[in-house]
Amino acid sequence: MSIETIRNNRNVQVLLGLLTGIAFGFLLQKAGVTNYDMIIGQLLLTDFTVVKVMLSAVLIGMIGVYSMKLARIAHLHCRSGSIGSTVVGGLIFGAGFALLGYCPGTAAGAVGTGALDALFGAVGIAIGAGIFARLYPILASTILNRGAFPAETVPELIGIRPVVVVAGVAVMILLLFWIFRVYGI
Amino acid sequence: MIEWFTMASWSPYLAGAGIGVLIWTVFVLSDHPLGCSTGFSSTAGMVEAGLSGGKTREMPYYQKFVPCIDWYWVLIIGIVIGAFLSSFLSGTFGIVAVPPFFAAAIGPDAAFRFAAALIGGILVGLGARWAGGCTSGHGISGTLQLALSSWVAAACFFIGGILVAGLLFGFRFP
Repeated sequence: MSIETIRNNRNVQVLLGLLTGIAFGFLLQKAGVTNYDMIIGQLLLTDFTVVKVMLSAVLIGMIGVYSMKLARIAHLHCRSGSIGSTVVGGLIFGAGFALLGYCPGTAAGAVGTGALDALFGAVGIAIGAGIFARLYPILASTILNRGAFPAETVPELIGIRPVVVVAGVAVMILLLFWIFRVYGI
Repeated sequence: MIEWFTMASWSPYLAGAGIGVLIWTVFVLSDHPLGCSTGFSSTAGMVEAGLSGGKTREMPYYQKFVPCIDWYWVLIIGIVIGAFLSSFLSGTFGIVAVPPFFAAAIGPDAAFRFAAALIGGILVGLGARWAGGCTSGHGISGTLQLALSSWVAAACFFIGGILVAGLLFGFRFP
């Protein structure tokens, strides 16, 4: 089976989605980030577990995905953004994140660990997504495209070769981990 | 080997690295990023289609993100199963209505916590679709591709989250 056959086969993709979800949920729970207290601790800046998990995933994921892009076995899928969509939506998300204490992935994970509040949160997330779908025509013609970003990727924006930016970001993440270690964070 | 699966927690660095490797497999086998809010959007679309019929599928947003049982939808089901397996194997699974921190800071009333979670969830779902992704789609999958929109989105998630958490529970840092 070639890679294109796998990518285009609906049933295989549904199976892969399930397996990916199981692995993702398992890792999120083992990392501790399906726990409300841990996520709120991050937003109150008293516990840095969420940032450690995210930046470790970014470090390893970035090096792998960019290597696979160079080897032509993976493509990038960046989304364009704007002030009206990315910044406004991101701040609404952040406010909800603090009130709910989970994000969409960790809410699903928390449901699996027996957190009943996360179940209400998950229902809310679906309702919120449905509200957005309803508002989409109005938002698309008014605010979503306001202040479009000048580039799709950070390397394009600053005009530096992607490989150099990957190395720079990797160094910065490792430096932050070292600071966490030194200060016992 | 088996004790790895029954441990209550792993190093966040190790678990995070595992998520990074998992994302490699998604890029190779499925040719798209790993994101969680799309599955919730599909759920909303399918529920609405079930309640109000065919009109839902003609909505412009659902033409763009067709609500169906696809990779993104089963991902969410998988996350529930995976987190259940992990917590069950380590003996930490337990039905909890009000998380300890919320109970101590705000109060132990379950109905109040559920209402807060529902309203917070609505904002999370609305904001994630508005911004074009959530903590996984933008925060991890997008930032690792060095997408400008994802770095801005991740910053806004945390700016909004830190501000509102501070207003709700009091700023505790440093």
